[in-house]
Amino acid sequence: MAEWVDACAASNVDEEDVIRFDHQARTFIIVRDHEDNYYCTDGLCSHEDVHLVDGFVVESTIECPKHSSIFDVSTGEVETPPACEDLTTYPTKVEDGRVYVEV
Amino acid sequence: MATIVIIGAGECGVRAAFALREQGYAEAITLIGGEASLPYERPPLSKQGGREIKLIRQRQAYKDADIDLRLGLTVDAIHPDVRSLDLSSGETIQYKQLLLATGAEARLFPTMEGCLTLRTDADAKAILESIDKASRIGIIGGGFIGLELAAVARDAGAEVTVFESGLRVLARAVPAEIAEFVQARHKLEGVQFRTNCDVKSATDTTVTLSDNRVFDFDTVIAGVGSIPNTTLAQMAGLTLDNGILVDENFGTSDADIYAAGDCCSFKWRDQRVRLESWKAAQDQAAHVCASMLGEPSVYNKVPWFWSDQYDLTLQVTGLFDQKAVVHRRATIDGACLVFQCDRQGVLQAAAAVGIGHTMSKEVRVFEKLIERQAKIELNILSDATQNLKRLLKNY
Repeated sequence: MAEWVDACAASNVDEEDVIRFDHQARTFIIVRDHEDNYYCTDGLCSHEDVHLVDGFVVESTIECPKHSSIFDVSTGEVETPPACEDLTTYPTKVEDGRVYVEV
Repeated sequence: MATIVIIGAGECGVRAAFALREQGYAEAITLIGGEASLPYERPPLSKQGGREIKLIRQRQAYKDADIDLRLGLTVDAIHPDVRSLDLSSGETIQYKQLLLATGAEARLFPTMEGCLTLRTDADAKAILESIDKASRIGIIGGGFIGLELAAVARDAGAEVTVFESGLRVLARAVPAEIAEFVQARHKLEGVQFRTNCDVKSATDTTVTLSDNRVFDFDTVIAGVGSIPNTTLAQMAGLTLDNGILVDENFGTSDADIYAAGDCCSFKWRDQRVRLESWKAAQDQAAHVCASMLGEPSVYNKVPWFWSDQYDLTLQVTGLFDQKAVVHRRATIDGACLVFQCDRQGVLQAAAAVGIGHTMSKEVRVFEKLIERQAKIELNILSDATQNLKRLLKNY
């Protein structure tokens, strides 16, 4: 059952950057885009089990550090292969300077 | 009747087939592959010794995209005048447009015929079986393939000796600083190196140097480069130049025939290059499809390679001029990053090595700066406290 979880302070994520968030044996990433929107997706790339925390964020996309698959984190969609499966995305909200994710 | 035919079901050919659909092409696509296996990713073959075969796409994906996948067939001849192909099955098929994604094959010098080489899943299986049971492995060639296999063999507990004709390993691909870093790790892992040595001949169990010294092994593997598969193109009368020569749209000297991936030589900025690169195969696949569908664009993807050895990841972006000066950017401990600018100060290439993906973000920033032909002062590029990603916004 999905629940809203306090993931981090909004200021913990730099502009156009990413942090890792682990919750109940699952791993996620939280991405802040260039317009201060926050997104949460699965932490591991859908191509190989590589953590996206080392990925490169440009606007609302993240590029996997291993094989350069690019995902749109607002939708989870693959923009550039080798990945062919989208990432699962999770709702986020920012309240009182904290980022909450529904996972 | 097939309207676009793709010869070669490696990374480039498969990506192109799907890219055509993604770009809205609705007519017939035929994809012809010489190997019987469903198309698979080649990089893991040397990096994990091919212990796990990873398909590029599942069989159903080809059906869903209505791609006519013809495996285990070779093309005997192309007839550009009548736009047809002769298949090894005896069939003749017509095309409106043809894409050559024939890739490259492992080079093997004359006198080395008995050595194992690596290109296919079957090659990887043979190598892995040898590594797992053999205690002494000889590897000819200190390039990416040779060193990746050296790491796989050491991890499996084999004794490994690498023979390299150059003064150092990875001489073609990366600057000395990175090569030394990688070689030092291999030495720490117990790999023996014989550099600056000329292999006169080799069999499946011996390596003989030009001074007639003979080294015995249980298995000898040669990783001495690759040669582009251009026979078909040549027979069809296409222009070659270290690969199939293509223009900025990846069109060949025949208006209906295109080429992309490892088999082609293309113009990148002011030099003509042929890359043996998984990423370039993907990038060029998407690019050539747009050209074939009448929407050409400028190819500006920066070359990018990576290599995994032990827990190290090495990444190279851009093309290094091995004769030009290289600069170092300070990094965290246990890593190394170097870069190069041209005479006008425009960033040209960068390479980094470190544990896992510790250097990935830095390399990606350099790649973007190279793509935008950024001109940044050396002291800024060298200084680890400078946030290069912020600089990107200026370009």
